[in-house]
Amino acid sequence: MSPTRVPVVEKILDANDQIAQQNRALLDRSKTLAVNIMASPGAGKTTFILKTLEAMRAKYRMAVIEGDTAPVTIDADKVSALGLPVVQINTGGDCHLDAVMLHTGLQSLPLQEIDILLIENVGNLICPAAFKLGSHLNLLVASIPEGDDKPYKYPNMYRGLDVLVINKMDMLPYLDFNMPYFLQGVEILNPGLKSFPVSAKTGEGMVAWLDWLDEVVQKHRQNDH
Amino acid sequence: MHELAVTESVLDIALRHARQANASRVTDIYLVIGRLSSIVDESVQFYWELIAEDTICQHAKLHFKRIPARLRCLDCNQEFDINGNLSPCPQCGSFHLQIIGGEEFYVESILVEK
Repeated sequence: MSPTRVPVVEKILDANDQIAQQNRALLDRSKTLAVNIMASPGAGKTTFILKTLEAMRAKYRMAVIEGDTAPVTIDADKVSALGLPVVQINTGGDCHLDAVMLHTGLQSLPLQEIDILLIENVGNLICPAAFKLGSHLNLLVASIPEGDDKPYKYPNMYRGLDVLVINKMDMLPYLDFNMPYFLQGVEILNPGLKSFPVSAKTGEGMVAWLDWLDEVVQKHRQNDH
Repeated sequence: MHELAVTESVLDIALRHARQANASRVTDIYLVIGRLSSIVDESVQFYWELIAEDTICQHAKLHFKRIPARLRCLDCNQEFDINGNLSPCPQCGSFHLQIIGGEEFYVESILVEK
């Protein structure tokens, strides 16, 4: 008997995308703005997150979900030390957070009491880009020492972004980082992408980012979902 | 690295559609994957043999249809494919481009025996 062709045409990660939509609905019920923060290891995600928390906590109720591949609580401990709610998700060696993992994390947070939720994804430029979480903003912390060719090498990551932070600007004078070449790659992949050159360490450029986030949160809270 | 999760999703999709078609066995699975999707075919194939075991998809052959990354120049409307690095418009040199293909990532069809 000859085989029969069954047409499928189904996105491979459709199941994940559907749970991401549920996450979004859950977040919208409490008007919590969720930011999915991605980066390669060592780009300065955690410092950037801590500085953002410190600057915004007086005005907004903030919380963090930490995605880590191993049960190491170094990052979670730093957030916890600020006295803010933090949930750690161990991906069990997986290279990314997915929508199911985030769903579990959301269950253990008092979302009604949270205005801004920062989600620290696993340090990786490939896998997190493929898995939608249901966050309102997808943010990448790129950094100068990584080199200017990253948009060209990791197009998927740059395609899915809503906002780009270029961290470690204080190191620009010491490294051969061709900013126009970097920005050209970004522009091809994601025309008009909102970008903030900063140094989370020195604070340079952080005010522009914080003002922008403040504006986004205010708009978000005015919208009726 | 995320090929395991991807392969598991492919299996879920294939099994669900096979059941709906009252199939006894799946012989072939056709995947459409754009060049801009970061997936290593060999790696999917490797996981496939492990996870499809003891299902009606065991020994099903995976076919990868790769779609090139296709861009349109927003200045001169030239359309072109790229298989390597992102490059400017070959006609006018502009970097003002729009990606119009190469992000496909789906199961197109399966072949089953009833």
